[in-house]
Amino acid sequence: MENKVMELKHVNVYYREGRKKKQVLEDISFSVYEGEIVGLAGESGSGKSTLCKCALGLLKEYDGEILHYTKRPQMIFQDPYKSLNPRKKVGWILEEPLKLERKYIKTQRREAVEEMLSKVHLPEEFYDKYPRELSGGQRQRISIALALLTGTKLILADEPLSALDVTVQAQMIRLLRELQEKERIAYLFVSHDLDVISMLCSRVLFLKDRKVTEYENL
Amino acid sequence: MRKHKKPDSFYFTAGAAVTGVMAVLIVLGFFWAPYDPEAMAGTLKLQGPSFAHLFGTDQFGRDVLSRVLTGAGSTFVVAAGTIVIGGTAGIIIGALTGYFGGWLDEGLMRINDALAAFPSVLLALVIISISGPGKYKVMAALGIAFIPSFARVVRGEFMRCVKEDYVISAKLIGVPAWRILFVHILPNILPALLSSLTIGFNNAVLAEAGMSYLGIGVQPPDASLGRMLSEAQTYLAGGPWCAIFPGVFLVLLVLGVGMLGEGILDRFGGGR
Repeated sequence: MENKVMELKHVNVYYREGRKKKQVLEDISFSVYEGEIVGLAGESGSGKSTLCKCALGLLKEYDGEILHYTKRPQMIFQDPYKSLNPRKKVGWILEEPLKLERKYIKTQRREAVEEMLSKVHLPEEFYDKYPRELSGGQRQRISIALALLTGTKLILADEPLSALDVTVQAQMIRLLRELQEKERIAYLFVSHDLDVISMLCSRVLFLKDRKVTEYENL
Repeated sequence: MRKHKKPDSFYFTAGAAVTGVMAVLIVLGFFWAPYDPEAMAGTLKLQGPSFAHLFGTDQFGRDVLSRVLTGAGSTFVVAAGTIVIGGTAGIIIGALTGYFGGWLDEGLMRINDALAAFPSVLLALVIISISGPGKYKVMAALGIAFIPSFARVVRGEFMRCVKEDYVISAKLIGVPAWRILFVHILPNILPALLSSLTIGFNNAVLAEAGMSYLGIGVQPPDASLGRMLSEAQTYLAGGPWCAIFPGVFLVLLVLGVGMLGEGILDRFGGGR
């Protein structure tokens, strides 16, 4: 098997209700490998988003081991209208991970961003646009570009298609596939839609009664 | 016919115009006045408006126009200083408590609540009675007294923004907290903040006028609009112009900035 990008070992996640601890996920163990798409399905309220947040290191109340073998995984959110800073231009948003590295000058950053825009099939002119000028699908592509610019090999996508219409969904699926093949990006793909999951994913994790069950491709 | 992209807000245009004119007059007052605002003349007591003295003269024969111009400057400096002190501290406290929450929020907000329990002018009076009167002491006292209201507005806005996906995304990228606070979130709360600052500015103008009226703000012979109103009170029947002109100036200053704040919210509010 190929290189692991993330591994969860016997993870239990809790929520605090006052002084009580309430367990929401129990003994979760699974791995994600480079260049694969793993589906995560389950009823609403079963803890899919919680599992994502926990895997990203955004929750504190857990025990067990969460191991990242790549740069910190990034997330693509369900609502493309809330996931980009409305007061900043696309170029500024996308340059942010490069600014943090402090080794690029302005022109290098711009070049890298424009190259990334073309990778997600958006024109370079988007550099100077505000998110409000873009459609939902275009915004999701910007989110993907932002994730890739951090250099991570793992993207957690929390129902990234559910706010898009059907034709745009198909384009997004093509893009995700393309990046999976060319850039060896792995996805943990959260969805209600079993059709999409069976089309995209090599394995599926089902969340039920706080536990996860793993299935090979449906 | 040409179509406008976005209808201009009436408040924004009117507010900017009135504030602009007031700003020019205030700046003018710093450098020039037709007469020495402190020069008294026994022969010119309580003269009505004329070509020589456009706003008339007061009970000591001082030129009211010159005193209004310099007095508006003092009032403006106190109000602006109040906003700078109260706004800066309020933004920092509000940002930290709203973003980090937890014990920091609990601790600072309880102190904030304790301060807010006093009306801000009363709180400023307490501070003045400890520190003594004077222009800069009034500025500091009002600044401190205004912190709780700004802190609360900023905290609420930050609490709203912290849960937004773009902030979570910035955290995941590894953006340091100070940068998320002041570079990512702050621009998003600017419309709400600006309108709260303009309301604060107006309250500060009125509070300074009120304190000078009570005799604990700007000290004589310096002019301030509140002080002038207070002195004119005795001569209201004999020389109403001594009260009318500073009063109109005060109203225009407050009205202009108030409309500008409303206009800013109208024009830049949504943002999405």
